[in-house]
Amino acid sequence: MPARISRQDVAHVARLALLDLDDDELDRATEQLGAVLDHVADIEALDLEGVPPTAHPLPLRNVFRADVVGLVLDRDEVLAAAPSAEDGRFRVPAVLGEEP
Amino acid sequence: MTTDGWETVIGLEVHVELATETKLFSAAPNRFGAAPNTNVDPTSLGLPGSLPVLNERAVELAVRVGLALHCDVRPSTFARKNYFYPDMPKDFQISQFDEPINVGGWLELPSGTRVGITRAHLEEDTGKTTHVGGSGRIGGADHALVDYNRAGVPLLEIVGEPDLRNSEDARAYVEELRQVLVAIGASDGKMEEGSLRVDANVSVRRPGDPFGTRCEIKNVNSLRSLGRAIDYEAARQVELLEAGEAIRQETRHWDEASGRTLSGRSKEDAEDYRYFLEPDLVPVVPDPAWVEEIRAALPPLPADRRRTLADAAGRPPSDGEVVVAVARGLDGLAVAAIALGADADRVLTHIEHNLAVDGADALTALSFAALVALETSGALTATQTKDVLATLVAEGGSGDPAAIAAAKGYEAMASDALAGAVDAVIAANPEEWSRYVEGDERARGKLTGFFVGQVMKQTRGQADGKAVTALLAARAGG
Repeated sequence: MPARISRQDVAHVARLALLDLDDDELDRATEQLGAVLDHVADIEALDLEGVPPTAHPLPLRNVFRADVVGLVLDRDEVLAAAPSAEDGRFRVPAVLGEEP
Repeated sequence: MTTDGWETVIGLEVHVELATETKLFSAAPNRFGAAPNTNVDPTSLGLPGSLPVLNERAVELAVRVGLALHCDVRPSTFARKNYFYPDMPKDFQISQFDEPINVGGWLELPSGTRVGITRAHLEEDTGKTTHVGGSGRIGGADHALVDYNRAGVPLLEIVGEPDLRNSEDARAYVEELRQVLVAIGASDGKMEEGSLRVDANVSVRRPGDPFGTRCEIKNVNSLRSLGRAIDYEAARQVELLEAGEAIRQETRHWDEASGRTLSGRSKEDAEDYRYFLEPDLVPVVPDPAWVEEIRAALPPLPADRRRTLADAAGRPPSDGEVVVAVARGLDGLAVAAIALGADADRVLTHIEHNLAVDGADALTALSFAALVALETSGALTATQTKDVLATLVAEGGSGDPAAIAAAKGYEAMASDALAGAVDAVIAANPEEWSRYVEGDERARGKLTGFFVGQVMKQTRGQADGKAVTALLAARAGG
């Protein structure tokens, strides 16, 4: 059976997730992700004609909250937990490239 | 740069901040202009253990917009759009992806053109990142500062079909959309505060050809910039194509200072957001009865209001003064004043030229119609009417224009008094008068201005310029 996911795809996904995998880890992830996809592929054996896709396992819909202002966090407390802050804002490394 | 023989194709994506009290998924305030990081809660900051709960009002406003844009309102889901950038602390943005709440509508421009709406979906806004240090440009920045007040603010992304063909229509589309959003209370529509943000997809083609490769223009912060950015980008693409080069599909940023679009993101897989269903939110299935309730409560839309005013004024809905009156929200006043017998042309002229002022919306139709009647009957000159109107509005908009005119000493000049003033001016300027009498049409036109001015001076502005012109012509023997 052909692999459901190539080593190249796994490397691509790892890069998108900012994961730095070495060769052994890539091999292992490729095998494990393939097994997961095999498992999911079992669904293909079922007759799903007329069955709508499942958006959520819970039989719930329209869970809302009222548009009423609640508590906010204290800024000093929030920023104290950050690695670095400046001017009431979170200080982060300069970001290369453009924002999405 | 020329675009002769080329057709520009434009599709706009408009992000609208919805006018809710709180954020899309938490109870932190949705308020512009607060001190940095003061409108934040665990959900806005993506703190461990925090969970999103959907704001019902945001859904209602989204449905309202969908209905106003003639969309189908349908069952929808939320997904995670994954990316690493500090403007979203949880490293994903919650957005509607394959099942948006609104699909397939249209927006009618004042010209009558209908622009298709592909979809209008809910998503959360991101935080605001400011790069500091270095050259001030992103590439040279030393570090960045992040304010999460905006993170989680409800957005509706309205995706338009590539139906627009020039920058003028693109501007008209955004302006019309803004008016619709404000009319239905979905947004304050303030571009300068970022309540309404526009990205433009621009491509060019030979007429009749398939669509060309498009570029997405970001960072367009005003209607004027939108027009300039589209024109620049279309010309840039035409120049490349005419030089035999290809267009690269990319995101480009409008640079206001240089008036150019600059190439943006280059990372090739930056667009791979690996969307998947948000497990912490259940589907939204708007109850049809609720949707109908929202539909029934929608106010008349700008396009309907233009038709109403146009009918009352005997003009087409695309008429410039009709469009302006609706854009200023003074169409109700105009329709009511016309119904009270006021001359429609004068009503629309005053609205366009003399009522672009604070307090104009408090002007009552009764006072406005009474004033226009004074002007139409000749009791007040155009200049006097304008002055009385300004005072009327400044004093709250419901005063008696006749009383204001009287207080200013604007009494209608008896016609014999006016004739006397004209005769006195003629007698005092015999040389000009003989040139007027003997002159051709052009010379007369010039001298008419002189004589009207003199009569105005003599009567301290109370004379009616048209009446003076007629008297002069009569004295000269036609």
